[in-house]
Amino acid sequence: MSELEPVIQQRRSIRNRSSDWVMEFGVYIVAVLFLVMLIYPLYFIVIASFSDPSAVANGRVWFFPSGFTLDGYKELLKHDNIWIGYRNTILYTVVGTAIGLVVNVSAAYALSRRDLVGRKFLSLFFIFTMFFNGGLIPTFLTIRDFHLYDTFLVMVLPFSVVVFNIIVARTFFQSSIPGDLWEAAQIDGCGNLRYFTLVVLPLSKAIIAVLALWIAVGYWNSFFNALIYLKNPNLYPLQLILRNILITNQMQSGIGTGEAAQIALRLASMMRYSVIIVATVPIMCIYPFVQKYFNQGVMIGAVKE
Amino acid sequence: MSSGQFSTGRTWAQVRRNWGLYVLLFPAVILTLLFAYKPMYGVLIAFKDYSPASGIGGSPWAGLKYFEKFFNSYQFSATLKNTLVISLYSMVTFPIPIMLALMVNQMRPNRFRRFFQTVSYMPHFISTVVMVGLMLILFSPSTGLVGNLYNLFGADPPDLMGSSALFSSVYVWSDVWQHVGWDSIIFIAALSAVDPSLYEAATVDGASRWHKIRYIDIPMLMPTAVTLLILRVGGLLGVGFEKVYLMQNDLNLPSSEILSTYVYKIGLLSSQYSFSSAINLFNTIINFILLIIVNQISKKVSENSLW
Repeated sequence: MSELEPVIQQRRSIRNRSSDWVMEFGVYIVAVLFLVMLIYPLYFIVIASFSDPSAVANGRVWFFPSGFTLDGYKELLKHDNIWIGYRNTILYTVVGTAIGLVVNVSAAYALSRRDLVGRKFLSLFFIFTMFFNGGLIPTFLTIRDFHLYDTFLVMVLPFSVVVFNIIVARTFFQSSIPGDLWEAAQIDGCGNLRYFTLVVLPLSKAIIAVLALWIAVGYWNSFFNALIYLKNPNLYPLQLILRNILITNQMQSGIGTGEAAQIALRLASMMRYSVIIVATVPIMCIYPFVQKYFNQGVMIGAVKE
Repeated sequence: MSSGQFSTGRTWAQVRRNWGLYVLLFPAVILTLLFAYKPMYGVLIAFKDYSPASGIGGSPWAGLKYFEKFFNSYQFSATLKNTLVISLYSMVTFPIPIMLALMVNQMRPNRFRRFFQTVSYMPHFISTVVMVGLMLILFSPSTGLVGNLYNLFGADPPDLMGSSALFSSVYVWSDVWQHVGWDSIIFIAALSAVDPSLYEAATVDGASRWHKIRYIDIPMLMPTAVTLLILRVGGLLGVGFEKVYLMQNDLNLPSSEILSTYVYKIGLLSSQYSFSSAINLFNTIINFILLIIVNQISKKVSENSLW
């Protein structure tokens, strides 16, 4: 029996090796197909933004720009509302992310401490709002009662508490900040606030980076709050203006007919491509800088707790 | 009695010693009270004939009038059905990010794998507005990529964005395209936590790669998957407003009017505050009940639960 064992094993592993090889090959084939499906539509938008719109419409643009032109980008420069929207979005993203980080990270740290009296009640207080809320109209009326309707503040303050972020950060603090550290700091006469800012925060760069990315992407792409709480076009974020250009086609209405109208129509259709590139590239560029933190087990904590 | 007093005294001492922690909690608690709990009180307008002049407290009670109005309207079955179809359809795609994670886990940790992961996350960063704009451009039967592809083969292109029958498919599969890579991150992280000695032991026992996936990887992912699935079911009727609203047009409206878009139109576009709040509350309560049921089932079946 025991003499046969190695032989059987060897046979098995030889058979397995061939099936493993098939699998390895299959994995890479599927992966490459998947990549093409993800990349090609995005690549197409890029080359279409540099192409003559009639070439795009007639199906002559497949792999390279056809009739290279920068008119789509030049046209963007003429639309002030796009740049006002751009400025507003940058302001909302920067201010909103700063507020969101302060509010959520500090609350998460307090909740991560087992010696916090009322910890269970406070956790429930937050978590309950994940599953039950007042709904659209009562929230709208509340915002109006506080005179936040159509203000800068409504875009960055009222909805800055995100319970999911608090839970993720709380789990991070519980698992990555050793409890002994606080004991030692206490003996040295260090208070909670000083301990939090001087010891905990410097040890928590990973979670801060991840949350900053989530919050910033959320603000950069947010459209709903602006749709509901803003009236003044000078406060509009980029996404609301994009909607007018891309979806409701407001740039094309009222153009009329004739040769001038043809040119205007041409520019409007080119601008749809260039505006997508200009609005999306900045936020996509942030991710690679934060990517390394995602591998530090930040995400997995989110579901463990 | 005396021990109770003693512990109360100790509790207070603890609270005083940790006053700094309450300072840290203060902003989040205040914001939650003002912008999450105060609107919950406003839910009362679903049971009232709300008029802005008399406010929430002063408006006369209407009982269940607005709920009955909704249940008896023809929009009730239509919006509920559309909401359910879209959310159940998305639920079917739930395993796709898991399959992607299992696949990525099979790749050697090299540059291709890193490239693959980075690219698969990228579409997640596209905003909903741009995503729907992209779909309108690419799916246009006359000038879009899909139209041109069909023309290349001499076939008639379908109008994907203007079809009521195809609405749920277009919605769900474009969502998969955009988020599958991102949604797989959490499963990839769970797989990276697998003890390598398990794989080594399995290799010694002659397990193939497929066996390792079947008997090591998949069981390792189950707790994460169940937790996420419960959260998904809890949001069953909470189909994202933004994307559906942006995708809506006159042609696909019969299958694209869902509860949240209807709430928005009734409430903010035609100012029927009480009626809109009643529909919204109905939606929230159903979600809440579903969450509790699924959590309970999961507790029994798999010993995983949210609470």
